[in-house]
Amino acid sequence: MRSMEMNGTEMMQAKTKKRWSDSTWARVGLYTLTRLTALFFTVVVAIYLTILIANMGGAMDDIRTSMIRENISMAMSMDPEMRQLSSGERNVMIQDAIRIEIARLGLDQPFPLRSVRYLSNALLLDLGRAEYLTSDAGSRQVKLIILERLPPTLLLFATSNLLLFFITLFAALFLSRRYGSTLDKIVVALAPTSAAPSWFYGIFLILVFAGIWGVLPFGGMVGAPPPPTTWAYSLSVLRHLILPVMALTLAALFLQIYSWRTFFLIYSSEDYVEMAKAKGLSSSAIERRYILRPTLPTILTSFTLGLITMWMGGVVTETIFNWPGLGSLIYAAATMPDTPVVVGSVVIYAYLLAASVFVLDIMYAVVDPRVKVGGGSRS
Amino acid sequence: MTGLKRAFLNLIQYPSAVAGLVIILLLVALAVYTLISLPYSEAVRLWRGADNVWLENPRNAVPAWYNLFPRVNVPVTTVVDSRDHPEAVRVEELGGGVQDVQVSLPFEFPYDGFPKEVTVFLTADFQRQRPNLDLSWHTPDGRSIRLSTVIPGHTETYRVSQDARLLRQLRTRNVERGLFGDPGAEHAVPAQGTYELLVEGLTFEEGSSFSARLVVYGQAHGLAGTDHRRRDLVVALMWGTPLALAFGFLAAMGSSITTMFIAAFGVWYGRWLDGLIQRITETNMILPVLPILIMIGTMYSRSIWYILGAVIALSIFSAGIKTYRAMFLQVKEAPYIEAARAYGASNTRIVVRYMVPKIIPVLIPGFVVLIPSFVFLEATLALLGLGDPILPTWGKVLNDANANGALHNGHYYWVLLPAFLLMLTGLGFSMVGFALDRIFNPRLRGI
Repeated sequence: MRSMEMNGTEMMQAKTKKRWSDSTWARVGLYTLTRLTALFFTVVVAIYLTILIANMGGAMDDIRTSMIRENISMAMSMDPEMRQLSSGERNVMIQDAIRIEIARLGLDQPFPLRSVRYLSNALLLDLGRAEYLTSDAGSRQVKLIILERLPPTLLLFATSNLLLFFITLFAALFLSRRYGSTLDKIVVALAPTSAAPSWFYGIFLILVFAGIWGVLPFGGMVGAPPPPTTWAYSLSVLRHLILPVMALTLAALFLQIYSWRTFFLIYSSEDYVEMAKAKGLSSSAIERRYILRPTLPTILTSFTLGLITMWMGGVVTETIFNWPGLGSLIYAAATMPDTPVVVGSVVIYAYLLAASVFVLDIMYAVVDPRVKVGGGSRS
Repeated sequence: MTGLKRAFLNLIQYPSAVAGLVIILLLVALAVYTLISLPYSEAVRLWRGADNVWLENPRNAVPAWYNLFPRVNVPVTTVVDSRDHPEAVRVEELGGGVQDVQVSLPFEFPYDGFPKEVTVFLTADFQRQRPNLDLSWHTPDGRSIRLSTVIPGHTETYRVSQDARLLRQLRTRNVERGLFGDPGAEHAVPAQGTYELLVEGLTFEEGSSFSARLVVYGQAHGLAGTDHRRRDLVVALMWGTPLALAFGFLAAMGSSITTMFIAAFGVWYGRWLDGLIQRITETNMILPVLPILIMIGTMYSRSIWYILGAVIALSIFSAGIKTYRAMFLQVKEAPYIEAARAYGASNTRIVVRYMVPKIIPVLIPGFVVLIPSFVFLEATLALLGLGDPILPTWGKVLNDANANGALHNGHYYWVLLPAFLLMLTGLGFSMVGFALDRIFNPRLRGI
């Protein structure tokens, strides 16, 4: 849709080309600036909302305060040195310690004030420390926890997304050439199977390949104990990768082939394609120049957005396959609930999404000759 | 009306749409039947397992129709109760108020598998002196095995399978193998034939009596099998149907209608309202839906209706709003809108009576396809352990199965049955939706 908006403004710009051509660069700058401001605004609002929800609108603080109170009272009353004091003195000391701890965590400030501080920290990527979760290396830093979970998620989702992207694209091109064939009909009939999410297929794959045949592992990322050599290790990871990748691919496969195929069919009924056919161009040339070229912006969008959604990982797919990625981290953090980890991963996701939307806007201008933010060249 | 009729006539031209419609009708029929035959409170009571309703069900039993497969002959649960067989009780007066009572509970065992458990439920009637019971087991080949001596209270449960002393005496892997195993056979196979549980008791009071109820838990039970808490899965599978349909339908309805109206008003009034809606949509696209739902489920409430509200709220400002907006932008320029404005129709009237009806046909396929996605969303949340705390849903069955290692332990029915129903729902709605899309979307016509 964003491209449509731009197309709209573009056409208007084309009409008023003469008048504006002098300030082309100014308009490019202005457009970029507005776009960036709008995107930044959405990121800020989205992150603030997440902070509000993850803190239960401030109610989380009562839980935190009571936990501090309980922990400190317990620790102090267990302390043998404290036992020697009278209960009045001890009470005063406990209250002091609680007050200091609450002030240290900033819980004495009202929540609205603190939420703004959380927001600015989050926007500056100062992700802070987790409340309960630790990284496998033992760190409490949200940044390190996320960084540790990133490679498995990237491995899993990059593999499946690339696989899905290329398989569906080429299968769709192939089918759009053989429109109406048996194979085409089968794919169309199978398209509704994508109503089920990937974890659903994951369960079946585990059932068949791990449960009945026992040829592939039930879950996890590497065998236990991990193989000592790099070669054996990667082989083990590869074996564990097969089922989740299959599940992720299978869930989207037929629907994507179907929609790409339909998309290509619509484009291949255009007059200029007929013209190219009449000229006697080879089918590969037609595909490359007359079908793929005009559909490139859409293909790029879907590819980039697919890459971005990788960040959130498949919460359920990773949980089902026991895959130690971001998805299962977010699940663990949201159920605890470990607010800093949830907010941290949402912040990075929001930034990545905003950045790629922005890059996409620019990319449209590169790949689509109808879109020229500058209103055409000066020549 | 004629438009709808034409659409329907068009629809039944597609075989897949007909199949989808049949599936949907079957599911709706099942849902209605469930609501009538198994009231809400009853379903909740059964699923909680109140009052030991599931006491005589085996744990993790496969569906009984497994026995229809060739070469499968697993036992179903056998129950023999002395109260139903007065002829099984022989009483002999020994004088002084003492009676010798013999209760014989014979039963046929024609199966190829061992039972899951054997339990004897005893009840006794006495004032002060408890009866003294000797239990023994008689196999078809004529062996007799002494089980135990029980001095029951008013109700007593003797779990034969958990009797450690008996197991030591039998010297087999478990008690069932000792009691049912064929001693002549090379492998552990049960001997088929008539078994008998003999309870020989002495009662010490005038009018004192006892009864015995032998339950030989089978490996198969009912239409859908049972779970780890002996609950009959039929209850959950049946009640899952109306819940899934209601959740999917209400969520799809709530979100798509609200989305459509918001898009229509945004387009009609334009300017800042339109801009605001656009910004909210972009913000909403950044919000991570699943983690937020998980947090709501963990921190606020897991009630399915609460989650439904949250789902609708989060999906109102979805990407769909941009699609509708593009359509409304075209509709807004149509001449008949101009005409409506000329005769002085109010803004609301134009939006509600002229703009919205125009795009409803385009909305319907998307709406139908949206239903299963919400059904699966509910299942997803339930699978993550955020299912409704009291109501049984398909997703909760899957969650139980997953949490108890159903796939590792080979309890495939536990996963396959709810998955089958979910898949059926998904396929039914999306097959109809795809066909509708081809009918209502002129660009796809003929493709």
